[in-house]
Amino acid sequence: MSDADKDPWARFRTATRARIALGRSGDALPTKALLEFQLAHARARDAVHSAVDFDRLASDLSPLETLRVHSAAPDRPTYLRRPDLGRRLDPASAAALPSGEWDLLFVIADGLSAAAVQVNAAPLVQACVARLRHLRIGPVVLAGQARVALGDEVASAMGARLVALLVGERPGLSAAESLGAYLTWDPKPGRADSERNCISNIHSDGLSIQTAAEKLCWLATEAARLKLTGVALKEDAPSLAGPDNQKNQLAGQ
Amino acid sequence: MAGYHCDLGRQRHRFDDLKAVMACASPRRSGDELAGIAADSDERRVAARMVLADLPLKIFLAEALVPYETDEVTRLIIDSHDAEAFWPVAHMTVGQFRDWLLSYQADTAALTALAPGLTPEMAAAVSKLMRNHDLVCVAAKCSVVTRFRTTVGLPGRLSSRLQPNHPTDDPTGIAASTLDGLLYGIGDAVIGINPATDNVPACIALLEMLDAVRTRFDIPVQSCVLAHVTTTIQAIERGAPVDLVFQSIAGTEKANAGFGVTLPLLAEAQEAAKALKRGTIGDNVMYFETGQGSALSADAHFGVDQQTVETRAYAVARAFDPLLVNTVVGFIGPEYLYDAKQITRAGLEDHFCAKLLGVPMGCDACYTNHAEADQDDMDVLMTMLATAGVNFLIAVPGADDVMLNYQSLSYHDVLGLRHLLKRPPAPEFEAWLEKAGWLDEQRRLPPWPDQSLVVSALLGSAAR
Repeated sequence: MSDADKDPWARFRTATRARIALGRSGDALPTKALLEFQLAHARARDAVHSAVDFDRLASDLSPLETLRVHSAAPDRPTYLRRPDLGRRLDPASAAALPSGEWDLLFVIADGLSAAAVQVNAAPLVQACVARLRHLRIGPVVLAGQARVALGDEVASAMGARLVALLVGERPGLSAAESLGAYLTWDPKPGRADSERNCISNIHSDGLSIQTAAEKLCWLATEAARLKLTGVALKEDAPSLAGPDNQKNQLAGQ
Repeated sequence: MAGYHCDLGRQRHRFDDLKAVMACASPRRSGDELAGIAADSDERRVAARMVLADLPLKIFLAEALVPYETDEVTRLIIDSHDAEAFWPVAHMTVGQFRDWLLSYQADTAALTALAPGLTPEMAAAVSKLMRNHDLVCVAAKCSVVTRFRTTVGLPGRLSSRLQPNHPTDDPTGIAASTLDGLLYGIGDAVIGINPATDNVPACIALLEMLDAVRTRFDIPVQSCVLAHVTTTIQAIERGAPVDLVFQSIAGTEKANAGFGVTLPLLAEAQEAAKALKRGTIGDNVMYFETGQGSALSADAHFGVDQQTVETRAYAVARAFDPLLVNTVVGFIGPEYLYDAKQITRAGLEDHFCAKLLGVPMGCDACYTNHAEADQDDMDVLMTMLATAGVNFLIAVPGADDVMLNYQSLSYHDVLGLRHLLKRPPAPEFEAWLEKAGWLDEQRRLPPWPDQSLVVSALLGSAAR
């Protein structure tokens, strides 16, 4: 009996992580498949609702200098209901920001996955900094209850010409630790998503830290040279276009 | 503007205009709170409903919530209104209209005749006075039947979309999910892929693959790659096997502009697909998706509550005789629908309003991982929707969409519902299942072992 006879799905399973050929208990899921689904969902929810340990993140980033900010969303339930608050700084954070002559600023936002930020953000920043010695890079800003657009306000207040915002992406069942990176030239409040370049799906089963760092550094160097980010920059690097991860274009940032 | 009020004890609740009455009468939901238009107390919510119940239905013909002059969706709604069809309910208040809808007089024939006489705002208004069970009972009396290669929406049947998405559009991966779904009898509404990359060659490659599967097994189904409408029009121009044209739509001109569409563009797409004459039993060639919150997220809601704006999208849909429309009810996230209570309610509202307007409504009963919902909640919603006669439900392998990172229903769920509620798939597809020898003596689709002829015939052929 060949392998294909034993499991006719074998060659299909290697082609997709979709939950195919789960078997049936009557019309329902078998117990094993049911519990595996629940475990994956529990992990995804834990990634959304747990907090980033910013002290540990700061020590992982050492010797890079860091500073902390918080969005106008005081807690996670508010953050989830009020995306507008997650895009703005709270007044105390805004008042405490230093300014300087910086080519590039890294902002690390918790976003929707604490796990993604905890695991992937520091290695990505370290890998980028090592490749970007020619740029003046500001202190790494660690932002709590933050969304992508918060980077615009932070970088604008600090006087940086380019901001790379790293954010925990909305977790799926098969990828709860996925990090996204958004690069924005001349950041200021009100920038549209079409004015950014995005690298998504950075995690152990997706885009590796090294590959992501190479792409981000290529984009950052090009952005500084061309003095722009967004659609115009992406056209020169078609291989960097990530999947359109939005069903029917409905999901907002 | 005159304004409205309702006195409850010593409290007078004032509402500046019709939009405010509608927004405050809506059940609590995070999107209206985010927009700053929701009622700020439960009493005020009921006060608004009391005002709404006494307003004449006709007011929605006289007072546009989004200006006629600047919005092509409003112009479509007003210009296509059928006064003769409206006549039987033209004298009613919104509250009287609810009572009539629930009455025995409002049977399938009466509701079918009434549909062209209703505007989305009328449907939205009366839905705000209805409980979930009311929404189920009235929707169950509505019948909207459409055809392409299968007949979707017949009474007593439940169709399904097979959604075999893959994060990199890998053909073997997509084939795996498709074949798995067929073994559960899924796909009689459509086999529809959300492509990972929206460009013409990628779209054509997927269309050709789905068409090859369909013709190889001679399955009476239609396929669709859910790319942007302009991508699909180009695919048609290049000779691709396009059955259905997909597009996301919303309830205002500005929100549709955010999706990159206008009414003339949708008309062009419909004509292009109809000209291919690929439907064997009908020429409903359009497939639309909608969802509460899309207008607000595009900053294009004009102060109208999200459920009413959503309902306006159904006026767009019905102008193009679609085969399928579905709300992606829990997909858009907790800033619009916070938890399972809000998702469930919205799913039932969307289905009811669409059916009342004569739109062939299905549903993606789903949620994201940052919403307060889980598969138990989808069990409730899918059962209520199936009881309400929903045209189709979306299903993915194991309820887990590995491309879009959200949870929908599983193939198991839809099959189980069909058996539980005795609602078989579309007749053409059911006949195919029967001819293939997949059904048992009770006309159920049983689990076939991996070594059975059924499975080896399907997977073996696919290998060649």
